[in-house]
Amino acid sequence: MSNMLEIKDLHVKVEDKEILKGVNLTIPKGETHAIMGRNGSGKSTLSYVMAGKEGYEVTKGEILLDGENILELEPNERAVKGLFLAFQYPIEIPGVATMTFLKAAMNAQRKARGEEELLTPDFMREVKSAAKMLEIDSAMLKRALNVGFSGGEKKRAEILQMALLKPKMCVFDETDSGLDIDALKIVSQGVNALRDANRSMLIITHYQRLLNYIVPDVVHVFSNGRIVKSGDKSLALELEEHGYAQYDESI
Amino acid sequence: MAGAKENIDRDTIEQVEQIDVEKYKYGFATDIKSDKSPIGLSEDIVRFISAKKNEPEWMLKWRLDAYERWLTMKEPNWAKLNYPKIDLNEIYFYAAPKSTPGPKSLDEVDPELLETYKKLGIPLLEQAVLAGVEGAKIAVDAVFDSVSVVTTFREELAKSGIIFCSISEAIKEHPELIKKYLATVVPVTDNYYSTLNCAVFTDGSFVYIPKGVRCPMELSTYFRINEINTGQFERTLIIAEEDSYVSYLEGCTAPMRDENQLHAAVVELVAHKNAEIKYSTVQNWYPGNKEGKGGIYNFVTKRGDCRGDNSKISWTQVETGSAITWKYPSCILRGDGSRGEFYSIAISNNYQQIDSGTKMIHLGKNTSSKVISKGIAAGFSDNTYRGLISAHKKATNARNFTQCDSLLIGDKCGAHTVPYIEAKNASVVFEHEATTSKISDEQLFYCQQRGLNAEEAVALIVNGFVRDVIQNLPMEFMVETQKLINISLEGSVG
Repeated sequence: MSNMLEIKDLHVKVEDKEILKGVNLTIPKGETHAIMGRNGSGKSTLSYVMAGKEGYEVTKGEILLDGENILELEPNERAVKGLFLAFQYPIEIPGVATMTFLKAAMNAQRKARGEEELLTPDFMREVKSAAKMLEIDSAMLKRALNVGFSGGEKKRAEILQMALLKPKMCVFDETDSGLDIDALKIVSQGVNALRDANRSMLIITHYQRLLNYIVPDVVHVFSNGRIVKSGDKSLALELEEHGYAQYDESI
Repeated sequence: MAGAKENIDRDTIEQVEQIDVEKYKYGFATDIKSDKSPIGLSEDIVRFISAKKNEPEWMLKWRLDAYERWLTMKEPNWAKLNYPKIDLNEIYFYAAPKSTPGPKSLDEVDPELLETYKKLGIPLLEQAVLAGVEGAKIAVDAVFDSVSVVTTFREELAKSGIIFCSISEAIKEHPELIKKYLATVVPVTDNYYSTLNCAVFTDGSFVYIPKGVRCPMELSTYFRINEINTGQFERTLIIAEEDSYVSYLEGCTAPMRDENQLHAAVVELVAHKNAEIKYSTVQNWYPGNKEGKGGIYNFVTKRGDCRGDNSKISWTQVETGSAITWKYPSCILRGDGSRGEFYSIAISNNYQQIDSGTKMIHLGKNTSSKVISKGIAAGFSDNTYRGLISAHKKATNARNFTQCDSLLIGDKCGAHTVPYIEAKNASVVFEHEATTSKISDEQLFYCQQRGLNAEEAVALIVNGFVRDVIQNLPMEFMVETQKLINISLEGSVG
């Protein structure tokens, strides 16, 4: 199996309205793809459906992760199988220190895989090294997760979780939103450091800006609930220049 | 030292993990022949109890006076609680485990009783506790149904002049202290349940810390209601003389029973000048089953009197059990500069009903109090915080800070906050903050996306919600509390 992700003819309804209208997408192992589309085109819906959020009705199609259909799995089971979603708006968990949350998540995944819990010194070592790469100081790790975090801190915390959970399929939902240029660079460096032959990535964005820092292998244009064009990274530049309007017709 | 402490923590965790969490974890009954009073309540029962305990005549008279008074009283109905009338004629007011009276050592204790304690995870055996070396010692005054069975560490405590014994013993051996302090914080006539307790209390703990003594270990009592239809009416009295300190842990469990069992305890604390009393409770009595059948009715009067200047009383409670909870641990801030604290976690699931809170009565100058209450409601339960903050005319510069947070899980439960504030002079500053929140689907999904299952996610979020209070618990209770929260909220999602 050389494909990490295969989405086949995916149709999704939200409250009787069809949002995804036959999405087809294949991401081979080790590749990074980008989906670009205007706001409201259904890009975020695609990421939620992949992760298994409630409220989305799949009427047709399938999603295969590493060859296995994951549509019937609970969100946590998908996570354990290696699917990670970096949220556009990371959720606040009051009273739960970032460090505590990281440990709970890592151990929950280990437990689900039948592995031993992490020893505290090993855990601390891993967190420290990942935090350093993302320029996260230890004070931030002691604060409640995402509570009072700046936009940049929230996104860095997302990438920190990704670095520690070591997923094989990473989905980034508008990760560049709310980031200034410095934070964008740090986040991109973090993501790039995690690219390897056994990990695939899907970057969902409506700006080309992020793709200057995380250079994708393939770019897809998303319009009106499906992928309407695919190409190499130059497609992103073309979109930046000419906009999405030309694709509205091709439905 | 640190190693020994870790060992104890690990033992605690292992003990908890061994338990089948599907069921109420203490839902087993011990088969011991018990020595019961006739069923129901009458003057004869009061005499029966007093005689059983070989009490002096003055104590019997005290009880009978209370009983007379109680006959004129009415059950309070102002709480937001809904339960069928309790028929006191269907309750046994006294049940003592039948074993040789006054065991001198553990060898003399009924092995089945010890087995029960083992299941409860009480470090009753001195060796087990000693394994904790300094800092981790807990003296256990274990109360089985109504009679105090074994008191450990008494000798060591006695070296510092500390008295830690059952209240029955104290009545016989320290009558001067009992006469001086009993019912001076909660008067005999205080309320329906406390007056009932005066008439029929069967046992409880007594602690006396002499002047200038810092109690070298945490004192601990585990109560357990075992007999079917036995009301448990314990009575605890703690006195801290000038410049003394004591930390007291109270843990409660009861096995699973179909019938509702009545529990009406009275706890009185007296803190003299510069003394400090820290009283922590973990209450996980049987809450009834998923349909709301069975469970303990818990009507408790707990009150502390900061009698001396600059004294301090701190209540910390974790309430996860009982079908009905009616409980308001309070502080009377009599001494100038005295301080009262109330930290509470109250969790209700299924059909549990909790009406709990505190009263901070500011009488002295420059007194201060702090209230942090965290209510968590799940299932079909009702969870009410009811609190009174009051300042007397002479209580100039009284300060209070109250924070009441409620967390709802699901949409069939209720959380209510009923604060009462009275300020009779213009210099007081009372602050009250209240929030109500719900575990959102977004939070659950976020945690699940990171690999936690729904129950783990709820437990993590709830543990975060109660963090300010957990931090005030003695180490011995922290692990247990976190586990209890998880067990109490089982089945609350999905």
